[in-house]
Amino acid sequence: MTPPLEVTDATAATPPEATLAGASKSAIQGRSLGQIAWRRLKRDKVAMAGGLVVIFLVVVAILAPFIIDLLGTNPDFRDYKLVDADTGLPIGGGGGVSGDHLFGVEPGNGRDIFSRVVEGAKISLLIAFVATILSVVIGTVMGIVAGYFGGWVDTLISRLMDIFLAFPLLLFAIALVGVIGSAGFGLDGLTLRIVVIIFIIGFFNWPYIGRIVRGQTLSLREREFVDAARSLGAKPKYVLFKELLPNLVAPILVYSTLLIPTNILFEAALSFLGVGVPPPTATWGGMLSDATRWYQVDPQFMFPPGLAIFVTVLAFNLFGDGLRDALDPRSR
Amino acid sequence: MKKNRVVSVVALGAVAAMGLSACGGGTSSSNNNGGGGTTTPGFGAAVGKVFNPSDTKGGTLRFANSGDWDSLDPADTYYGYSWNFIRNYGRGLVVFKSAPGAEGNKLAPDLAEKLGEPSNDAKTWTYKLRKGIKYEDGTEVKSKDVKYAVLRSLDKTTFPNGPTYLGDFLAVPDGYKGPYSDPNVDAITAIETPDDYTIKFNLKTSFSGFDYFMALPSTIPVPQAKDTGTKYKEHVISTGPYKFETNELGKKFVLTRNEHYDPASDPDTGRKPLADKLQVELNVNADDVDNRLQSGDLDISIEGTGVQAAGQAKVLNDQALKAKADNPVNARTWFTVLNSDVAPLDNIDCRKAVLFAADKTAYQRSYGGATGGDIATSLMPPVIPGQKKIDLYEALTKPEGDVDKAKEALTKCGKPDGFNTVISYRAERPKEKATAEAMQQALGRVGIKLEIKPFPLADYTKLYVGKPDYAKANGIGLIIYGWGADWNDGFGFMQQIVDSRVIRAAGGNTNLGIRLPEVDSTIDEALKETDTAKREALWAKTDELVMQNAAALPGVWSKGLLFRPENLTNVFVAEAFGMYDYTAIGTSRK
Repeated sequence: MTPPLEVTDATAATPPEATLAGASKSAIQGRSLGQIAWRRLKRDKVAMAGGLVVIFLVVVAILAPFIIDLLGTNPDFRDYKLVDADTGLPIGGGGGVSGDHLFGVEPGNGRDIFSRVVEGAKISLLIAFVATILSVVIGTVMGIVAGYFGGWVDTLISRLMDIFLAFPLLLFAIALVGVIGSAGFGLDGLTLRIVVIIFIIGFFNWPYIGRIVRGQTLSLREREFVDAARSLGAKPKYVLFKELLPNLVAPILVYSTLLIPTNILFEAALSFLGVGVPPPTATWGGMLSDATRWYQVDPQFMFPPGLAIFVTVLAFNLFGDGLRDALDPRSR
Repeated sequence: MKKNRVVSVVALGAVAAMGLSACGGGTSSSNNNGGGGTTTPGFGAAVGKVFNPSDTKGGTLRFANSGDWDSLDPADTYYGYSWNFIRNYGRGLVVFKSAPGAEGNKLAPDLAEKLGEPSNDAKTWTYKLRKGIKYEDGTEVKSKDVKYAVLRSLDKTTFPNGPTYLGDFLAVPDGYKGPYSDPNVDAITAIETPDDYTIKFNLKTSFSGFDYFMALPSTIPVPQAKDTGTKYKEHVISTGPYKFETNELGKKFVLTRNEHYDPASDPDTGRKPLADKLQVELNVNADDVDNRLQSGDLDISIEGTGVQAAGQAKVLNDQALKAKADNPVNARTWFTVLNSDVAPLDNIDCRKAVLFAADKTAYQRSYGGATGGDIATSLMPPVIPGQKKIDLYEALTKPEGDVDKAKEALTKCGKPDGFNTVISYRAERPKEKATAEAMQQALGRVGIKLEIKPFPLADYTKLYVGKPDYAKANGIGLIIYGWGADWNDGFGFMQQIVDSRVIRAAGGNTNLGIRLPEVDSTIDEALKETDTAKREALWAKTDELVMQNAAALPGVWSKGLLFRPENLTNVFVAEAFGMYDYTAIGTSRK
């Protein structure tokens, strides 16, 4: 029978405590879920790239006023000297690109494209993030309640989700924007419109998160730790918020990150159609709408807003996918 | 994950490919179609003369409108393009001649055998109808149909759009509301029909220009038995060379030949119904219209106000395209009304502040720079006889506006830090949107904050800015608008936009907020004045009074840049409307 510890002459000479201490130093240390996920994420280069772009965009959006001051001009300022009097095309080559106007100027009215793209980033990300938070809050609450309580509560909430998902969101948004007008609820103009759009996007997108959360809750509630808590006399509220919710953070985080690009695209679609944030406030969708009118004579106008939307959506999607793979490799 | 990466790379590649193809630019092919064009295309070839004259019949003319008609009903329409086009499906007593150049500003008898015969005091006008003119269903047009048509057009509740001339001048009983509320048509003696082919109009005061009133679409006969009121516009019974085949409301309508139209009964008007079918699409995006015109998918942009900014860039940059364009001067002004109903624009100094602060160059740029027209210094355009050049707000000396004078005026009116108001425009018109944004920037320099609000073209005056209560309740202080002369003199241009007495509560107003008693009294003087030179001077005075009171911000004396696709035949600009004549134009496309 082989002895468990190799006892040589050297080891036999050292006291037993020292040997044990040496062995434990090279023992495997436990890692938390977060640490495991982070390591997996770091290995995924594409997702990290996406994440960096996301951080970059958020920084740009937050620092928008400073960036515009530094590198651009007032995004609403129409400078007719920069465009030709008869054709409206930017004077100078490449769509009017110059030291003052890094992306050129808009045909027809000479507005600085760079500043408008940065401003658009601010608006797009603001609306997308806040709407997503709204969706997540509503969706999580509804999903957890539906998943945990089951029975008629679940049926009711699930049918509600079906109804909300069936809503033709774009049509409803167009209609609501027209109806609400320009003043109400103590707000007016731009603020009101932004609030309305955030409300529409956020309020009607909650089933997306809700379904995920409900599914996860259904599977989690059968687990032993829930039984254990219940058998110790925990009230439902405790179980929901102290036992289940922490385990739901991962999927919620992932699907929120994947919801943001959908919301960005939706806001861009509304602005493109002219029912989003009202002009002359710069939005990517609105700029794209203007650009499509000029594409035959000034095609470079399309690229800044179009690429901005494309890169943003791509970055969020790649990062979100990477996050999902990192947090839950079984979903691959 | 790997699959996603491949997908994203492919997507990037697709975007790059699309971008590269767009950079290729587009020049339309300029190969001439065989047969048809005998005249070489050139810039302005259809102004003052006929381009590509033709008598060949056939084909379908394809029109498009960026918005919707105000109404196809002759009693309820007030757009220049509508009056141009309506001559295809309606014949009034007299009509503007379909001829190039100055001839196009003259009247020709249509239903009538000749122009009106006035009584000695010019208070009664008599017309004799031609015999044998038929509706599309074969029934003959009688004088009582014309009487009925005119009377129903006086009902401004059912038909809010349309001019008020006839209601103002005919000796109808006070408060007459039209035949729907008062079916006893025979009792109205303001219009007499002594026999089936004679009609007499009795006016409240003498007026020598009455023939111009008879060119209004309201004299297009309507058979009382077939009048369906507000639904009549869905199928107007035609007396013209074409009749309605289909009418999909808000989308499209198609007209085909009216077999009961007899060209022999129409010797004086110059109509030349060449095409077999007229197809009009509605609510087509304005830039789309320009693109389709150039790609050959459309023949005529029916509004006749000119191509949009991008279209203009394309046309002016390309010699081949420029040769297919015309840049006629119109008797039209693009301007912004200052609604005196909305505070603080009831104060003359606040209004003057707006006029000083406005950037006139930006206004002109919004309409396409010099190609879109000259900067207007007053409302009346130079083509109106007797127009006087006045420039009270330095539009020519300081075209970008005078911020200091504006601030002075603001202090005088008690708003030294500026004020807030709403500026409205017609949603389907990109040039008006550009104007609104330009004004927002210009007036913002002195603290006047504008909120921009678009409204649909079709109901702009009927339901929104043309309804005094709505405009006031919604604080619409600045109203972007445009106006073309109904006929080429001071009365035809000014009266319907500056006379405060034409403003009616029901909506459909063309005077969007100018209420100046001195203007009204000058108009009354002008209507009584028989000497032409003196009369013209009085109308010029109304223009001056409007400007002295800062009641409107003149923008541009309009010129349109019209695009003329190759397949159009017999093209010429109708001077009365400032756009191509839609009653004599044809297509070589089968």
